[in-house]
Amino acid sequence: MKAFANLYTRLDQTTKTNTKVAELARFFDQSNDRDRLWTVAILSHRRPKRTVNTTLLRNWAAELAGIPLWLFEESYHVVGDLSEAIALTLPKAEKTNDEALTFWIEYIKALDKLEEAEKKQRVTDAWMQMDYTERLVFNKLIMGGFRIGVSQKLMVRALSKSTDIDENTLAHRIMGNWTPDKTTFENLILTKDPLEDVSKPYPFYLAYALENNPEELGAPKDWIAERKWDGIRGQLIVRKGELFVWSRGEELVTDKFPEYHSLAELLPNGTVLDGEILPYKDGKPLTFNDLQTRIGRKNVTKSVLEKAPVVLVAYDLLEWEGEDIRERPMQERRSLLEQLLRQTNTGDIILLSEQVPFSNWQALEPERQNARQHHSEGLMLKQKDSPYLSGRKKGDWWKWKVDPLTIDAVMIYAQRGHGRRANLYTDFTFAVWDEQTLVPFTKAYSGLTDKEFREITAWVRRNTIDRFGPVRSVEPTHVFEIAFEGIRKSSRHKSGVALRFPRISRWRKDKPLREANTLEDLQQLLKLYETGA
Amino acid sequence: MPLLEFTNKGIYCPPADVYIDPWRPVNRALITHGHADHSRWGHQHYLCTETAAPVIRYRLGHVNLSTTKFGEPTTINGVKFSFHPAGHIVGSAQIRVEHKGEVWVASGDYKIVPDGLSEPFEPVRCHTFITESTFGLPVYRWKPQHTVFEEINDWWRQNQAQGKVSVLAVYALGKAQRLLHGVDDSIGPIFTHGAIEKTTQVMRKQGLKLPPTQRITQQYKSKDFEGALVLATPSATGSNWMRRFKSASVGIASGWMSLRGTRRRRAADRGFILSDHADWNELNEAIRATGAERVAVTHGYTNLFARWLREECGLDAWEADTEYEGESLDAEDSGDSENDKDA
Repeated sequence: MKAFANLYTRLDQTTKTNTKVAELARFFDQSNDRDRLWTVAILSHRRPKRTVNTTLLRNWAAELAGIPLWLFEESYHVVGDLSEAIALTLPKAEKTNDEALTFWIEYIKALDKLEEAEKKQRVTDAWMQMDYTERLVFNKLIMGGFRIGVSQKLMVRALSKSTDIDENTLAHRIMGNWTPDKTTFENLILTKDPLEDVSKPYPFYLAYALENNPEELGAPKDWIAERKWDGIRGQLIVRKGELFVWSRGEELVTDKFPEYHSLAELLPNGTVLDGEILPYKDGKPLTFNDLQTRIGRKNVTKSVLEKAPVVLVAYDLLEWEGEDIRERPMQERRSLLEQLLRQTNTGDIILLSEQVPFSNWQALEPERQNARQHHSEGLMLKQKDSPYLSGRKKGDWWKWKVDPLTIDAVMIYAQRGHGRRANLYTDFTFAVWDEQTLVPFTKAYSGLTDKEFREITAWVRRNTIDRFGPVRSVEPTHVFEIAFEGIRKSSRHKSGVALRFPRISRWRKDKPLREANTLEDLQQLLKLYETGA
Repeated sequence: MPLLEFTNKGIYCPPADVYIDPWRPVNRALITHGHADHSRWGHQHYLCTETAAPVIRYRLGHVNLSTTKFGEPTTINGVKFSFHPAGHIVGSAQIRVEHKGEVWVASGDYKIVPDGLSEPFEPVRCHTFITESTFGLPVYRWKPQHTVFEEINDWWRQNQAQGKVSVLAVYALGKAQRLLHGVDDSIGPIFTHGAIEKTTQVMRKQGLKLPPTQRITQQYKSKDFEGALVLATPSATGSNWMRRFKSASVGIASGWMSLRGTRRRRAADRGFILSDHADWNELNEAIRATGAERVAVTHGYTNLFARWLREECGLDAWEADTEYEGESLDAEDSGDSENDKDA
């Protein structure tokens, strides 16, 4: 594990992308195939099955460190990362070890069937022969969530550097349903025609948000506009008479959407569609909330299917008659898509993503503004000649979102952040006026600059009225503009509403306390939002 | 009436009518050390140790300041005060207060591990101990300082080999001098930001032996910094001031660097875990050594640390509100924020 722990440290010590890629490539060069394969797996979010639950880990760590559990939990909250909190708290190791990454992964996997006492013994043994970084890595292997500032994209770049295989080829090879137990580095990465895997999706092309004026994109005639739907990005594959549905998180979700199952027969083999999995009923989209409730369910019951049925709003065709056509211009792919949908009888399952016609950019602005009327999030702008790229790339696809809803609110509670913001007050609760009282209605964490967080932290420290555990109530003084994407009724909240994606958009230092918005304003927004105005 | 009270102006001793490290202007102030959150403007009379005095004078200008030696008692209205080394920075003191057989100790900021410059921490027996809790959680445990200095030296050498300047963000008072004392100055030249140089000069004058440094001014060109270590204030490292270096690696030396999240938030290239405050083990050790049964917990993780002392150590501990900031990455220790026009 030393080598992998060292890699972790070096990756952590730099913010420079090139250095990270070089370090990782060097690690690939110097490791054996098992360790390389596991590294690819871990950095593409494929972790070994969890064999110990985190509650046990917390208990054992606290016990080993000789501190009560509550103190461990508080420390964890401050650190923000359980693996790190454990690594920091444990007493010094008694010895060292020379085992490599794969050994420890197998060690963790072997815990699965053991009794709790035996698990505890083994985990404790492991901890007591590791230094801080080894422990951190070991804990992360147990718990998953290996976020070390190396995206899958960077990993692929490093792998490409080490193997001399093209990045896009590699990105494709590592997609799909593999685990290090069922394949080898040779087979998965190095073999030119990897194991036939009909389920294998293409990497998604992800758009950036358009920050500037669309005028800067050039001539409108080179672009198309489509509505941006608030569903789940999905890739639908029909090959060899079988259907596979992938979500953007590279998760195979075929079973979650029985609505699509007939497509295995309706679509020709060798077809791959890119589109939006959208809850849709009576000729119009439902809210994302409806979809989310459905996804959370373990079983897709009849009532779920009735309440929130889905369609696929198709906007791209990636494979046609078994051929990868991603390099062809978007317009050509689009007309093939239209042709396909005309020729097949899929009309109630697949909808063609409608284009919003425009001749100049100004004409498009109102279409963005009225997005909510269409229950959409804004517009997508796509360049007509562009190929279908992999990953998040600037240039050919842009999302141009509707302006968020906003409300001016008063900060009434503050809580210390954790992780990156461990010693700052960054988590706030906001309230609106109801006559003479302030009614809390949302929390928000992000949106201020580090400098503003420092300023508000200093202020919170001096203006605390009361403390409840980690939360401080503060003198109502500061007004902030809260931006959010949606609003719905909620019986769980005192205010009667719940917001979607609330965040602080700015600190209204210019706004007197009394002029913050009211509960009535919020209810008004709710009414407007529900009618799509 | 307790011997010391936490008021909205500072830690107050009613029978003597004096304050310890007050944060609002008062008549008589006993000062533990020169950091800006403990040693403020506007008091009528100041009392501190002889070795703390030069920096306090430099920072506050012409104030009415008297000094005392470590261990030497001063009696005010029948209350006996004495200053004892706190090991935090040069001259830093714990203040012992004795009245009618009752003893309190206000410890200001402290660390137990000797840093080679500050007068080493001395445990003082008392009934009631006032302790900071800046790093009062078990996740904060420092490595031996020689290990940290080896890390810093290695980083400096590595940068040198890659043609980079090593810029280290540190407090002007305390941390900067500790680093100067601890790094291997045979590696290359050491430059300082103006604010650090001035404080360092004051401390050299009082007899501190520190390696030679060059204050950064406009006269230096980027090639002059090749292979050098630069000590800069935290705010300078985030500003235009950095433009003078062609290629630099920025490090931060602070106890907060133990947490990965904080390191990332500061976007430094390297974080070195080095603090002039007690870590978790030192805090507990210091409290045990006082024999105190009552402990007031100030600045830091006050509520958590007080609960730990109450529930797990059987002490009568409580949280006390103050305006001390401890080691802060976010507020500059602002005593010397006067800008260096030529730097």
